[in-house]
Amino acid sequence: MSEVNMFENPIAQAKSVHFSFDQRSIFNGLDLQIPRGKVTAIMGPSGCGKSTFLGLLGGRLATLAGTIWFDGDAVPQRKSDALYVMRKKMGMLFQNSALLTDLTVFENVAFPLREQTDLPDVLIRILVLLKLEMVGLRGARDLMPAALSGGMSRRVALARAIVLDPKMVMYDEPFVGLDPISMGVIVGLIRKLNDALGLTSVVVTHDVAEGCSIADYVYLLDSGKVIGHGTPEEMLASTQPEIHQFMNGLPDGPVGYHYPANDYLTDLRS
Amino acid sequence: MQNKAIEVWVGVFMLLGVVALVMLAVQVSGAGKGGGETYRLEAKFENVGGLSEKAPVMIGGVRVGRVGGIRIDKEDYGAIVELEIEAQYNNLPIDTGASILTAGLLGAQFVGLSPGADDFFLEPGDMMDLTQSAIQLENLISQFMFNQGKGEG
Amino acid sequence: MNFPGNLGRFGLRFVARLGASFLFLVQALAGAVKSLPRFHLIIHQLYSVGVLTMLIILVSGLFVGMVLGLQGYYQLVNFSAESSLGMVVALFLVRELGPVLAALLFAGRAGSALTAEIGLMKATEQLAAMEMMAVDPMTRVIGPRFIAGFIALPILAAMLSGVGVLGGYLVGHGQFGVDAGVYWSSMQNGVDLVDDVLNGVIKSVVFGFVVTWVALFEGYDAVPTSEGVSRATTRTVVTSSLAILGGDYVLTALMFGGL
Repeated sequence: MSEVNMFENPIAQAKSVHFSFDQRSIFNGLDLQIPRGKVTAIMGPSGCGKSTFLGLLGGRLATLAGTIWFDGDAVPQRKSDALYVMRKKMGMLFQNSALLTDLTVFENVAFPLREQTDLPDVLIRILVLLKLEMVGLRGARDLMPAALSGGMSRRVALARAIVLDPKMVMYDEPFVGLDPISMGVIVGLIRKLNDALGLTSVVVTHDVAEGCSIADYVYLLDSGKVIGHGTPEEMLASTQPEIHQFMNGLPDGPVGYHYPANDYLTDLRS
Repeated sequence: MQNKAIEVWVGVFMLLGVVALVMLAVQVSGAGKGGGETYRLEAKFENVGGLSEKAPVMIGGVRVGRVGGIRIDKEDYGAIVELEIEAQYNNLPIDTGASILTAGLLGAQFVGLSPGADDFFLEPGDMMDLTQSAIQLENLISQFMFNQGKGEG
Repeated sequence: MNFPGNLGRFGLRFVARLGASFLFLVQALAGAVKSLPRFHLIIHQLYSVGVLTMLIILVSGLFVGMVLGLQGYYQLVNFSAESSLGMVVALFLVRELGPVLAALLFAGRAGSALTAEIGLMKATEQLAAMEMMAVDPMTRVIGPRFIAGFIALPILAAMLSGVGVLGGYLVGHGQFGVDAGVYWSSMQNGVDLVDDVLNGVIKSVVFGFVVTWVALFEGYDAVPTSEGVSRATTRTVVTSSLAILGGDYVLTALMFGGL
C-alpha cells in the first residue's frame, strides 16, 4: 500500500506539539500521524519521550503548545466528560500491565465493562471469556494477578484493553522483560488482534527487531522531534546517519556516546 | 464466598460501634436516667460553697434531680440554686429543706433535700426557704482555733 | 550555609504542598459524593480500615482502661475519693484518650496502609490504567476510602472508650473492690451526654476526616517508586499524629474552655 493511501484518514495526529516536564523539554515541535487500521511503531532511544507521547495521546498529560487529534477531535487538555468519552475508544497496555491487584483475572478484564456499562452478569461473563480465550488465558480466570508471570499478566492486560472494543490500542514497551516465548506470543497477538478486530495499534518500543517485525509504519524520535519515518524496510535501509545508528544499534554516531562535557584533557588537568 | 464474609464482618463492626455508642450514652453518661421530664424548684442559700451545675440532688442518698443553674439574687445577694427535679417526685412537702452537703470529707458537693411533713406540695417554680448553706472547712477550722485559744486564755 | 534561602525554599514547598492537598481534598470530596451509591465499594473499604483495625483498638482500649483504673485508684485513695474512680476513668477516656488514642492507632494501622496501597497503585500504574479505562480514580479508589475512614474512626473511638471503661471497672471492682454501683453512678453523675460524650464523638469525627485526608493525599502524591511510597507512609504517620495532637489541643480549648 502506498504511503499516500495510508495517511488519507489518520486516526490520530500530533501537530507541532511542545511538552516539557519539570523544565526539561521533551517535545519541541512533534509532528506525526497514526494511520488508521495499521500497526505503527514509535521508536527511539530511552528517554526520548516515547511513553510521554502515549500520555499526551491519552489525555493524561497536557501539551504546552500544539494539538493532538484523535478520531477527528482534539484531545481535551483537562479531565472532562469529553475526555472520558474519548478514552472509551482507546485501550492501553501499560509497561508493567497495571492489573488491579485486588481483583482476579476475570474481574480485571470485566472491570471496564462493569464500570462503563450496565450489561447483565451473563453477558459480561460471555464477553470476558471471549477476550480471555483470544489471549489464551480462559483457564486462568480465577487467578490473582500476583500469581501470573510477566507474559501472562501482559496478556490479561491486553484482554482488558480490548474488552470495550476500542478503535485504537496503545502499547507502552510491550516487549520489555519477557522471555522469548512470551515475547513471540505478544508479538503475534498484537498483529492478530489488530487485523482480526480492525484496530489501530500504536506500539512504543526501543526494540528495533520486534518493532520492525510487526509494524506497518515506523516513527523514529530523538531529542523531541521525529527524526525519521517510513515503512520498516525503508527505515532499515536508510543511510541517514541518525536513523542508521539507531536501527543498527551502533554505540557512537550522531547520538553521541559521550554525555556533553568540556574537553577531556582540560578536565583531567584542572 | 469471600464477599459475604466481608459484609458480615462489616455488619458486626457497625453493630459493635452502635453498641459502644449506646453504652457511652446510657451506661457512662447516664442519659435516659433522669433525662426525662423534670420540673424546676429554687432554693436560696447564703453560701453555695463549691457547688457546681449538674451536681446531683439527693433525698436520703437517692438521686432525684440535678442542679440546673446557680445565680445571685440582685436584692439581697443570696445565691439562688435552680434544682431540676424529676417529674415523678412531684410530692415534695412545702416545708422541705435543702442543704448543701459534701460526699466524704473532700468529695464533690451536692444538694440534699429533707422532706417535711406538710400536706401541701411544692409547685414548679417555688422557692425553698429552709436552707442550710455549705459547710466551709476554712470557717470551721478558724472557729475551732479561735475557741481553743479562748479556752486556754 | 544559605539558611534564609533554605528556609524560603522550605516555606515555598510547604505552601505548595498545602495547596496541592486542598485541591486534592476538593476532588476527593467530589469523588466521595459520587461514590456514595457504590455501596459495596464502601463496605470493602470499611472492612480494611475498620474491621482490621478493630482488634488493636479493643485490646489497647482494655489495657488503657485498666491502667487508668490502677493509676486513678492509687491517687484517689489518698483523698479517700476512690468512689470517684468511675468518673475519672470515664472522663479521661471519653474526652481525651478515646478519640486521640484511637486516631493515633488508626493513623498507624489504617492510615499507613491506605497510603501504601494508593502509592503502590500509583507506582504500578494502576491509577493511570483506570484513567485510561475512563474510570476516575477519585470516584473509584479515593472516594470510598474517604467515606470509610470518616465513618470508621468515630466507631473505633467509641469502642476504645467503651472497652476502656470496662477495663477500669475490672481493675476498680475486681482488684480493689470499689463497689460496682458506686463506680457506675459516679460515672453517670460526672459524665454529661452533650459536654463529654458528644464532644468526644465530634473530636473523633474531625480526626477521622484529617487522618484519612492526610493518608490518601500522601499516597496519591507519593513519588511512584518503592522508596517514594515508603517515605510517604512514614510521612502519613508523622503528619497525622502531629495533626491529631495539635488539633486535640485546639478542639479541647474550644469545647471545654468555654471560648
